[in-house]
Amino acid sequence: MSAVLDIAARHRLGDFLLDARLTSEGRLTALFGASGSGKTSLVNVIGGLIRPEAGHVRVEGETLVDTEGGIFLPKHRRRIGYVFQEARLFPHLTVRQNLLFGHWFVPRAVRKPAELGKVLELLGIGHLLQRRPGALSGGEKQRVAIGRALLAEPRLLLMDEPLAALDEARKAEILPYIERLRDETRIPIVYVSHALAEVARLATTIAIVEDGRIAACGPAGDILSRPDLAARPGAPEASSLLTGEVVGFDEAFGLAQLRTRAGPLTIARGSLRAGQKLKLRVLASDVMLSLEPPAGISALNVLQGRVAEIGERTGVGGSIVHLRLVCGDALVAARLTAKSVEALGLAPGKIVHAVIKSVSVETT
Amino acid sequence: MNHWLSPEEWTAVRLSLIVATTAMLASLPLGLGVALLLARGRFWGKSLLDALVHMPLILPPVVTGYLLLIGFGRRGLIGQFLYDWFGIVLSFRWTGAALACAVMGFPLMVRAIRLSIEAVDRRLEDAAGTLGASPLWVFLVVTLPLCLPGILAGMILCFAKAMGEFGATITFVSNIPGETQTLPSAIYTFTQVPGGDAGAMRLTLISIAISVTALFLSELMARMIGRRIAIE
Repeated sequence: MSAVLDIAARHRLGDFLLDARLTSEGRLTALFGASGSGKTSLVNVIGGLIRPEAGHVRVEGETLVDTEGGIFLPKHRRRIGYVFQEARLFPHLTVRQNLLFGHWFVPRAVRKPAELGKVLELLGIGHLLQRRPGALSGGEKQRVAIGRALLAEPRLLLMDEPLAALDEARKAEILPYIERLRDETRIPIVYVSHALAEVARLATTIAIVEDGRIAACGPAGDILSRPDLAARPGAPEASSLLTGEVVGFDEAFGLAQLRTRAGPLTIARGSLRAGQKLKLRVLASDVMLSLEPPAGISALNVLQGRVAEIGERTGVGGSIVHLRLVCGDALVAARLTAKSVEALGLAPGKIVHAVIKSVSVETT
Repeated sequence: MNHWLSPEEWTAVRLSLIVATTAMLASLPLGLGVALLLARGRFWGKSLLDALVHMPLILPPVVTGYLLLIGFGRRGLIGQFLYDWFGIVLSFRWTGAALACAVMGFPLMVRAIRLSIEAVDRRLEDAAGTLGASPLWVFLVVTLPLCLPGILAGMILCFAKAMGEFGATITFVSNIPGETQTLPSAIYTFTQVPGGDAGAMRLTLISIAISVTALFLSELMARMIGRRIAIE
């Protein structure tokens, strides 16, 4: 089977050169990078808003652009949903008309009855149908924009920083909907963001965009824990992504026990339910390493593993070193001082114990 | 009304309304096209077209009327062609008055529509494109509705200009009662004869009433549309 996404684009925009190659198998591919790194330009190439000087765009095996073959499908024939940073709803139409706008243009041959009810339920916007965009809040507008793109029956959904213009509360309101989109629909998503928390929570594949190029691309857990990437300026802070399942509770202390591929973890119970699956993130700077199984410490979580990779010394004066451990069959990133690395004599293959405080485990 | 106005005066009012309405409606399709071309097009000679469209605004109306007479008169280049092929005569007919009014109102109409097209957010059009709308559909269901207030304003301006047009009309089609004598020509005629003051005043009041009504209607419609498309 062909890759979900296969893109190569070369395009000059003033002084900026976009020269990106990318293939992804992920359900949600995040393009991560600083502002001005070319994320939006790349998405515009996929969506058909930019015609690249050279390159190709293939989505699930279908060629949309191939400059060598002289193929350039105009944007209205690509069937790629695009959710912009600003919702861009049509101000002269009601929410209902906005939602059904794209559905009307789906070619007869492939058109299915509008799944309006399903989309309304998925996004929680059923009560807004008769309103006009001017009367919606920022979060509501963005959800309508997502619904509008979905109802056009896209083969791919592009989301260009859909949450950037919203405050924290609105972001928290929309994130679960995007997760449902990723898990419940069959539509692959390309998600642009410069917010690490969003990317860590949503992405299955991450592509790091730097100065118009793809610096790295791979599964989210791998990319975020890579020592060589963490050392680059402007890179996301290294962290470990784990999936956990709630297997038990410590009622007396309000804790939950999780099973992860890295080993057992104990975290605050909060509102977790038995059997619930959740995504966990641990920042590399919150991980402490010990050569012996530690005793008499407050941290509840100790994962045994071995050192897989040790990065270059970075930071001012080369004081910092990023490491990657393999615990069980999961990757765990750690960030230590160069002095500690030398004092412990850390080297690839060495058995270590990663100490993680319960409060350092972020759940999403 | 008929008792208050003499039949000749009444004819002038009716003729003016017909001429102005015809001028407005007939120049709308072309005005829309030219406005679109000037707002969005990139082609050689764009500034030339822009200057040409604005010409009637700058030229003395008499000059415009005389040019129309040369071009569209029975012996004129275009006039002769229209007569030979279609049997259409413009000179000294009310249709000629409508043509003169349309030419004079055209720059105002184009200007208003052009500004409103330029004000339409291109990003909305891009969004419509990604939703599967072809360029023609994008124009019909996004661009056009969004610049409706500007189109309306352009039509009203053209109508108002046509109601008041005098110089080009009288030069091109003269001042024939019942055929080409519009309100301004009729008022002018009254001022040229002894004892015409009362008639001139009556027509002046009517002229003011029509203009104010047109302005009021356009305000009302603009507000209605404005409320529907409250820009975010």
